[in-house]
Amino acid sequence: MPDQQYEPERAIAGTGMGGAMDLGASEAATLERTPGGPEGTGPAGKPRSLWSDAWRDLRRNPVFLVSAVVILFLVFISVWPSAIASGSPLKCDLAKAQDGPGPGAPFGYDGQGCNVYTRTVYGARTSVTVGVLATLGVGVLGSVLGALAGYFGGVWDSILSRITDIFFAIPVVLGGLVLLSVVTSNTVWPVIGFMVLLGWPQIGRISRGSVITAKQNDYVQAARALGASDSRILLRHIAPNAVAPVIVVATIALGTYIALEATLSYLGVGLKPPSVSWGIDISAASPYIRNAPHALLWPSGALALTVLAFIMLGDAVRDALDPKLR
Amino acid sequence: MRGIAHARWAAGVIAAGLLATGCGDSGGFGGAGVLTSSWGDPQNPLEPANTNEVQGGKVLDMIFRGLKKYDPRTGKAQNWLAASIDTGDSRNFTIKVKDGWTFSNGEKVTARSFVDAWNYGASLRNNQKNAYFFAYIDGYDKVHPDSGTQTADTLSGLRVTGPDTFTVRLNQKFSSFPDTLGYAAFAPLPRAFFTDHAAWLKKPVGNGPYRIESYTRGSAMNLRKWAGYPGPDKAQNAGVTLLVYTDSNTAYTDVLAGNLDLVDDVPSTQLKNVETDLNGRYINTPAGILQTLAFPYYDPKWDTPGATKVRTGLSMAINRRQITETIFRGTRTPATDWTSPVLGAAGGYKPGLCGHACDYDPAQAKKLIQEGGGIPGGQLKITYNADTGSHKQWVDAVCNSINNTLGNDKACVGNPVGTFADFRNQIGQHKMTGPFRAGWQMDYPLIQNFLQPLYYTGASSNDGKWSNSRFDRLVDRANAETGQAAAVRLFQQAEEVVRDNMAAIPLWYQNGSAGYASRLSHVALNPFSVPVYNEIRVG
Amino acid sequence: MGRYVARRLLQMIPVFIGSTLLIFLMVNVMGDPIAGLCGERACDPATAAQLKREFGLDKPLWQQYLTYMGNVFTGDFGTAFNGQPVTELMATAFPVTIRLTIVAILFEIVVGVTLGVLTGMRRGRPVDTGVLLSTLVVISVPTFVTGLLLQLLLGIKWQWISPSVRYGSFDELIVPGLVLASVSLAYVTRLTRTSIAENKRADYVRTAIAKGLPRRRVVVRHLLRNSLIPVVTFIGADIGALMGGAIVTERIFNIHGVGFQLYQGILRQNTQTVVGFVTVLVLVFLVANLLVDLLYAVLDPRIRYA
Repeated sequence: MPDQQYEPERAIAGTGMGGAMDLGASEAATLERTPGGPEGTGPAGKPRSLWSDAWRDLRRNPVFLVSAVVILFLVFISVWPSAIASGSPLKCDLAKAQDGPGPGAPFGYDGQGCNVYTRTVYGARTSVTVGVLATLGVGVLGSVLGALAGYFGGVWDSILSRITDIFFAIPVVLGGLVLLSVVTSNTVWPVIGFMVLLGWPQIGRISRGSVITAKQNDYVQAARALGASDSRILLRHIAPNAVAPVIVVATIALGTYIALEATLSYLGVGLKPPSVSWGIDISAASPYIRNAPHALLWPSGALALTVLAFIMLGDAVRDALDPKLR
Repeated sequence: MRGIAHARWAAGVIAAGLLATGCGDSGGFGGAGVLTSSWGDPQNPLEPANTNEVQGGKVLDMIFRGLKKYDPRTGKAQNWLAASIDTGDSRNFTIKVKDGWTFSNGEKVTARSFVDAWNYGASLRNNQKNAYFFAYIDGYDKVHPDSGTQTADTLSGLRVTGPDTFTVRLNQKFSSFPDTLGYAAFAPLPRAFFTDHAAWLKKPVGNGPYRIESYTRGSAMNLRKWAGYPGPDKAQNAGVTLLVYTDSNTAYTDVLAGNLDLVDDVPSTQLKNVETDLNGRYINTPAGILQTLAFPYYDPKWDTPGATKVRTGLSMAINRRQITETIFRGTRTPATDWTSPVLGAAGGYKPGLCGHACDYDPAQAKKLIQEGGGIPGGQLKITYNADTGSHKQWVDAVCNSINNTLGNDKACVGNPVGTFADFRNQIGQHKMTGPFRAGWQMDYPLIQNFLQPLYYTGASSNDGKWSNSRFDRLVDRANAETGQAAAVRLFQQAEEVVRDNMAAIPLWYQNGSAGYASRLSHVALNPFSVPVYNEIRVG
Repeated sequence: MGRYVARRLLQMIPVFIGSTLLIFLMVNVMGDPIAGLCGERACDPATAAQLKREFGLDKPLWQQYLTYMGNVFTGDFGTAFNGQPVTELMATAFPVTIRLTIVAILFEIVVGVTLGVLTGMRRGRPVDTGVLLSTLVVISVPTFVTGLLLQLLLGIKWQWISPSVRYGSFDELIVPGLVLASVSLAYVTRLTRTSIAENKRADYVRTAIAKGLPRRRVVVRHLLRNSLIPVVTFIGADIGALMGGAIVTERIFNIHGVGFQLYQGILRQNTQTVVGFVTVLVLVFLVANLLVDLLYAVLDPRIRYA
C-alpha cells in the first residue's frame, strides 16, 4: 500500500507540533490527489470516491455480510410478522400466565399469559423502527452540529456547545413526562422525535471532540493551504478520520434507544397498548425475573441480536472507511 | 502518566472496599428490643389534620391517641381518651375527657387540647388537607369558606365547658359522628404545637405509646417506648426505627438479608415466593380498601340507560377471581359489594349484595354490552396513573379479560397517565372519556365512609359526578337515624341504588400484607393496613 | 489559556439562565401540582387556592421565575411540599450521589479503558469476542434487572454485601456504582477499543517500537494517550448524566441521592426541588465540559485554546 507513507504522522505525545509540521506541503498534495490508493484512479484520472471504495471493501467483508443478513431478517419480520408467527400478539389468557413453552408458544407465556414468541416477533417492527430511526436522527443531527462546532470553533463552538449543555441538563424523565404527555398520537414518531431531541448532544460532543483532533492533522492544514473549501475539507478529509467514535457510540446507542422506549412506556408517556414492542415486554417482564425469566430472556435476546448486528455493521463500515487499513 | 497512577490507586481502593464489605454488617439501627420497619417519606408535614396518606399515618398512630381508638382486629371504635360521649339528638354532643392522660412532654391532656387542635385543623389559613373532616361541625363555613377569606378563627360549634368537658354542635344530624373520632385528624395537640410550631414539626410530640427520639427527614425516624404512657396499650418493645425506602422491593430484600425486621408492603411480584422466602413469617389480612372503576357521568355518553347495561356487562366480563389469584396472589379478594369486609356484618358489609352483576359471566356480559349499544366511543380506555403501584398489571389483565369476552383484541386498552398529580388534574378538569382507576381507603370503619364521600351528589370524592336523588335521600335518612342497625339498613338500601345503576364497578377488596424477621412475634396489621407496632415483641 | 477559561466561565451565565428557565417552564407545563397533594380526593377549592398562593403558583409565570431566581442568588432554593428546604435536601442528596458517581467513573476508567486497550490490541481474538458478548448482555438487559440480580446474588445468596445502602459510604456503593456504570462501561470499552485499533498502525507507534521502547511504554504513553480524546469526551459528558440519571440504581439500592430526589420532585411536580437540583446539575455539566476541553489540550498538545 504505497499510500501509507503519506499518511500524516500524528504528533508523538510530548514532542509538540514540531515533528508533525516537518511534513512538506508537496507530500500532502500527493495525498490530496490519491485518497483511494493506486486502484482508486478512475478512467478519466478522476479519483474514485472514498465512499465507493468503502462499498467495494464492505461487499467482501464477512462481518458485514453476516450483519446484513441479520438486519434483513429483522426488516423482513418487521414488515411481515405473520409470516413466522401465527395468532395475535394481543391475545392473552391469564390462565397461562408465566407458563413455560407449550404448543404454539415455543418461548412460553408472560405475566399476562400472552404468547412470548408472537409478541417478540411482532415487537420487532416497533423496536427496530424506533432504534434505527432514533439512531439515524441523533447521528445525523449530532455529528453535523458537533462537526460544525469543532471545525469552525470560536463563536460557533461557543453557541453550539452551550446549547448542548442545556439539552444535556434536561432529565430524561422530566423531558418525557412534559414533552410526551401532551402528545395524544400513539405512534412511534413522537417517541423518536423525543429521543433525537434529547439524544443529539451526546453524539454532538463526541463528534466535536473527534473533529477538533482531526483538524489538527497536517493533511488538513495542507488541504487548506491549497485552497480547498471548508465543505471539501470537512467531508473528504475530516469526516473519514472522525467518524469512528461516532459510529461506535451510535451503534451502542441504538440498543439503549430501544430500551429507552421501554422506560418511557413504563413512565406512562411512551407507546401505549395496544402497541407491541420489545421494550414494553422487557419492562413488563423485569419484575418477574425470579419466577418467569423466559419472558424477559426472549425480548432481551432479540434486542441483543439487533444491537450485535448493528455493532458489527458499524465495525465493518468503520474499517471500510479507514484509509489506513487499505 | 498521572492518569494511570490515579487508576491504579482506584483499583486498590475498590479491592480494599470489597474486602471490607465481605465482613458484612447487619442491623446497626436496631439495638436491643428495638425493631426496624420500612417507611415511605411522608408527603406532607406531620400534623394530624394534614396527613392523608398511610406513611405519615403510621407515625401518628404511634405517637397519638384520640377520643376513640379502632380495635386493631375488629375495627370497632372504643372510647379511649373519652370518658363519655353523650347526645340526645344526634346533633349536640357532650364529650368528657378521661383524667390522667398527659402528653409525653408532661403537659396534661384536657378538653382544650382537643378544641384547639380541631380549630387549628379546620382553619383555612393553616392549609390542613384533612380540614373537611371538621365540615360537620357548626361554623365550619365561617372558618373555612369555599372561597374568599375566613370570617372566624374558631368553630362556633365547639365550646369548652370545663377542664375535662367540651360540647360539639353539628350543622346536621350525624348519628355515627362519635365513631369518626378515632381518626388521626381528631387527635389532641399540646401547647408546644402552637407556641413553637417549627420545633414541633422537627420533632413532633404527642400522647401515644411512643415518643420521637430523633427524626431525620427523608431517611429515618427513631421512636422509643414512652415509659410514662398511661394507656393500656403500652408498647411491648423498646422502640421502632422507621427507615425510608425508595422501593418496597428493596425493603423486602433487606428483610430477607436480615437488615430489616418488618416490611409492611410486600411487592406483588414477590408474592409467589414469599411463603418459602420467609418461612411463613408473612401476614395477609383484610384492610379497608376497595378498588373500583369509576365512570365520567359528565360525559353524556356514559349517562344513558344503555350505558348502565354496558357497565353491568363490563362488570360481568371481568374475571375477578382469576386476576386476584394470578396477579395479586390472594392479597386481593373479589368484591361483591361496595364496602369492605373489615366493617363486619354489623357494620354494613354485605357480601353478595352486588349479586350476579359481579359474577364472571362472559356470555351474559357480551349480551348486555350489545343490548346497551356497545362500548360508548367504540373503545374502552381505562385511565390510571403509572407512577405508583403496579396498576399497569391489573389494568392490562382487566382489559384482556374484557377483550377475551368480546372476542376483540382492541376493545379495551389501558391508558396510563405519567404522574398522580396529572391524573388527579385530568379527573378534576373532567377530561375522562372512559372508566378510570378509583381506589378508596377508608378513613374510619363505617359504611357511611364507603358511600357518602364517593356517590353523594357533589361529595368530595365523587370524581365521576354521579348523582342520584334516591341515593342522596337514603343517605340523609341513614345519617339522621340514631340506632346503628337501622342506619346500616338504610345505607345498604342506598348501596343497592349504586348497584342497580352500576355507578362504579367494584373490583376487589385489598388486603394489607407484611413480612417480618424471625426475631419478631405478635405481628399484626390493623384494618388500615398499618402494623400494630405497640403489640410487636422483639426477640 | 487563562483568558479562555475566563471566557468559558462567563458563558456559564447565559447557559445557567437558559436552562433554569427551560426547566422552570417544563415543570409548569406539567400542570397543577396541588391536585396531587390531597390523595385520592380533590382538594377543597379554598385550601387549594391558599396553597397556590403560599407557593406563589397564582402569579404569572415570568414573575414566579424572577422571584425564584432572585431567591436563588441569595442562596434560598425554596421549600419542598413537605416543608423541607430544598437546600437541606441537596445537602443530604449530593454527597452520596457524588460518591456514587466517583465509584462509577472509576469503574469506567479502570475497567472500561483496560478492556478497551486489551480488545483493541487483540482485535478479532477470543478476548475481543468475549468482551463484545458481555457488552451485549449489559446493553440488552435493563439496569433494573442487572441491579436486582446482583442484589439477590451478592446480597442474599452469598451475603457479600448489604442489599441496601444505609450510610452511603464508599464501600457500600461499590456494587451500585458498578450497576450504574455498566452501560457506560460498554461505551467506554468500545470507544477505547476502536481508537486503539485505529492508532495502533500509526507511524509514531512504529517509530516508538523501532526506537526500542518497551511495549508497555509504547502502549501507555504513545498509543493510549493519543486514543483517549473520544473516551475523555464521553466520560466528561457522562458525569452529569450519572449524577442526575441514577434513578433506577438509587431506587434498587435505596440510595437517597440526587436521582431519587429529582424523580420524586418531578412526580410531585415540585418546581422548587426540580429546578434547584437541575440548576446544580447544569453547573456540574458546565464545569465537566470545561475540564474535558482543557484535557484535550493536555492529551494533544497541538490543540490550543486562545
